[in-house]
Amino acid sequence: MTDLAWIELALSAARPQALGALLRYFRNLDTAEEAFQEASLRAVKTWRDKGPPRDPAAWLIFVGRNSGIDQIRKGAKHDPLPPEDRFSDLSDAEQDLAERLDDSYYRDDILRLMFICCHPDLPTTQQIALALRIVSGLSVAQIARAFLVGDSAMEQRITRAKARVVKAGVPFEAPSASERSVRLATVSAMIYLVFNEGYSAGIANPDSAGFCDEAIRLARILLRIFPAEPEVMGLASLMLLQHSRARARFDGQGQIVLLDDHDRGLWDRTLIAEALVMLDKAIRHRRPGTYQLQAAISALHARAARPEDTDWQQIVLLYQRLEQLHPSPVVTLNRAVAVSKLEGPQAALELVETLWPKLDGYFYFHGVRGSLLMQTERRQEARKAFDRAVALAHSPAECVHIRQQIDQLGGETGPCA
Amino acid sequence: MLYAVLCYAHEETVFAWSREEEASVMERLYAVQEPLAKAGKLGPVGRLMPTTTATTVRKGSQEPLVLDGPFAETKEVLLGFYTVDVETLDAAVAFAKELSAVNPGSSSYEIRPFHVFHAGYLKT
Repeated sequence: MTDLAWIELALSAARPQALGALLRYFRNLDTAEEAFQEASLRAVKTWRDKGPPRDPAAWLIFVGRNSGIDQIRKGAKHDPLPPEDRFSDLSDAEQDLAERLDDSYYRDDILRLMFICCHPDLPTTQQIALALRIVSGLSVAQIARAFLVGDSAMEQRITRAKARVVKAGVPFEAPSASERSVRLATVSAMIYLVFNEGYSAGIANPDSAGFCDEAIRLARILLRIFPAEPEVMGLASLMLLQHSRARARFDGQGQIVLLDDHDRGLWDRTLIAEALVMLDKAIRHRRPGTYQLQAAISALHARAARPEDTDWQQIVLLYQRLEQLHPSPVVTLNRAVAVSKLEGPQAALELVETLWPKLDGYFYFHGVRGSLLMQTERRQEARKAFDRAVALAHSPAECVHIRQQIDQLGGETGPCA
Repeated sequence: MLYAVLCYAHEETVFAWSREEEASVMERLYAVQEPLAKAGKLGPVGRLMPTTTATTVRKGSQEPLVLDGPFAETKEVLLGFYTVDVETLDAAVAFAKELSAVNPGSSSYEIRPFHVFHAGYLKT
């Protein structure tokens, strides 16, 4: 790895903490971002010559703070800039500085930075874009490519989202315990949105596929500052498990491969091992939540060496528990799939039929229903359900997948877009 | 003499390596170990999972305390290590509690899952 590549990784690792501290200090998002940017530029020069500091975040906060203050002074009174050599030898000051910076602020700094990206007025795609820009430090061009829009459109979108966040007011006071847990839940949901953006794009859009790794990175950051939160552990575990199947989810032509048909040898055992430990840690707290339950379901798939080894009974129970905790027709639909494995298609179909009309606009509903109708030999109804699914497909891969099932019915099919 | 060589690094950077970077670093590390391995002088080599997977068992006033996260007390230092192969985190925690019970003083045990990088060849 080149020095520059190392420096870039270190800058992105230090970013949430450093930018979060600068935001607390300046109480202005633009000033904080400019100060961080300036500190990063100096880091590239200084770290390359003198080697990396022991605590990159502390270095960036120190340099960023000074540069921000200079900018403010310059703007206010047109004072001359202080000489460059003021920053030239930070290596001795650094040890001191790391001790002076109060660790206890850090976790709320990082949480605040993530939290302001999740303002409820912002549509989810804007929350994702804003988090990737502010917290992850991705360039506007990178985010634009992932969302398949032009740079200037994305620039505008992010600027508008930022203005909205600033107008809503950034909460600078230290949060109470209950406010902190609300923030944690909100931020967890945002991280999962980032993950899903990458997950649903799959291999069709490599620019957003990296979002899965990024979301896992953000969850690890959150866990490092809040090590005893079982739902954050559950979220990390869930994402690791889903991401572990990345190489098995699509075939060579980019078509969807169903879980039952995965080549399980392609599953990433390193990620699975980490996910199972995270889940074990979470369960020890005896405070179940929706991420933990979903991770537990996903873990049962991960533990099965072959599809027929899957513990469907346990999965049905976990989905029931999930429905109690968080009633949702989508969860019921998932339980129906598990029921079909355990009790057969007829029992599952009865459950699915209770979901009209709530899921009428949902691709998977019609896909699952069509497949169950096909298994019970109700071919004409199956065909209708598949046609509806095709009309609702979000991606060519989804469309092709349904078309293949229509082929099995022996029906006429047109090409997918 | 047996020596434990313990690796310390910035984990946020290490876990952000791309697949290619990861592979090339591992290849270089493997090459360094190879002479010792061939001479039968290399013991087990482990790759610890992120600190977010860690659990710490600390002596409490009565029962040992089980805490989430890595051991983070600078006044105490690393004095030894065990590697155990058990099914669940609960079993590892139970083992650490037993160790803690018979070890006088304020010992703590950090439980970190790891991947076997090299099984080793030591004859003891």
